Amino acid sequence: MKLAEVLSVLEGKLITCEADLGEEVKMACGADLMSDVLAFTHAGTLLMTGLTNPQVVRTAEMAGIVAIVFVRGKLPPPETIALAEEKHIPLLASRYTMYESCGRLYATGLPSCGLFKLTADAWSKADADCTEQREISQDL
Amino acid sequence: MELKTPADTSAAPSRSCLEVTKLQELVYELKIEQVMTKKVLTVSPDEPISRLKELLRINRISGAPVLKDGELVGIISIEDVLKALEKGEISATVAEKMTRDVQTLFSDESVIQAVTKFGRLGFGRLPVVNRDGKLVGILTQGDIARGLLRQLELDYREEEIHRYRASHIFEDIVSDQTGLILRYQVKARDFSRCGEAASKLKRALERLGAMPAEVRRVAVVSYEAETNLVIHATSGGELLAEIQPEKIRIIAVDRGPGIADTEKALQPGYSTAPDWIRELGFGAGMGLNNIKACSDQFRLESKLGVGTRLEVVIQL
Repeated sequence: MKLAEVLSVLEGKLITCEADLGEEVKMACGADLMSDVLAFTHAGTLLMTGLTNPQVVRTAEMAGIVAIVFVRGKLPPPETIALAEEKHIPLLASRYTMYESCGRLYATGLPSCGLFKLTADAWSKADADCTEQREISQDL
Repeated sequence: MELKTPADTSAAPSRSCLEVTKLQELVYELKIEQVMTKKVLTVSPDEPISRLKELLRINRISGAPVLKDGELVGIISIEDVLKALEKGEISATVAEKMTRDVQTLFSDESVIQAVTKFGRLGFGRLPVVNRDGKLVGILTQGDIARGLLRQLELDYREEEIHRYRASHIFEDIVSDQTGLILRYQVKARDFSRCGEAASKLKRALERLGAMPAEVRRVAVVSYEAETNLVIHATSGGELLAEIQPEKIRIIAVDRGPGIADTEKALQPGYSTAPDWIRELGFGAGMGLNNIKACSDQFRLESKLGVGTRLEVVIQL
């Protein structure tokens, strides 16, 4: 999905001056925990967040995030914008809440970052054990 | 004849802006003193035309400035000599035949001034003076062309050097074990600059030609480690990266406060970070886990009151 399309779906606005709205995002994630972003995102991801400090841009740079969307119509402070412009990471603002922003984009077919699946795989075993126990207790 | 109306030129201003050639740029950038001939053959006003003719012939030049007591008083060209010869005035002096109203250029003007002046006046050469009016050189259109070509060549060579990727370093420098060590000092509590070291390291790896996936792992490890130094280390610390052709070792060292229980610190979600850090989106007890997940070797050593040393190896 092109950034221009993201903007129109979120009825948002572009914050940084220079940005190529033809740039493609392959998937998206919504997070306010930067460690989660570092842990789970792929290169080519669109990040939606409610945090507006410069560390969001740092995190995006490290994780290979294509662009950042600030939800709930929030606008970041100048230092965040300055760092984003230096690192050529487009900043966008969404008119909607985190939940609705994600929902709107997901509905258009933009997938979630695949790496989250890995954590899910890790607890499938534990989950199976739980289900088994629940079944046993129901039997009793 | 084709006349250019103002409308013609204003039709595509942005396009003409973009199409400024390197040469056009240079004409504005280069100063006249960079392209002029500094060694100037001058003549005295008392010199007879017959002698001047020989001077021009021997030195293969077509004109010379005329100096009297070090002051520029005129200019004389081969054309003036020819005219004098035609009239049979071979024994006349330079002073009688020279052009007195001399057009000059300033040495600190850009070459474009010279180009314009040559175009307007149609002269073959113009003396160059400094702001005190002293003659410092002479300029012909040939000098301009040569100067531009020389500068183009210099720029080209510089670009070649710039294009020389740092990735050759490991092929060019041979030893039994070549490593590149990058050290970054990390300040305590300075959250606004947190990530600068990791950012520089990431860029260095990109320049060295590392694969994007590996660069990402190194970036995450170093950024998390840097964040830990900023948040926890009492007096900051050092982030060190040793880059080898097939692996990179990242070491983060600080001098306290140290971790009471490293086992516990490695549990996902365990954190001692203060609230102000959490508000910034960090300190959720994921950092060390992230580092471990991205590394091939992981070692965390700490002693309360002494300090912490984190060593990580990432295979490239």
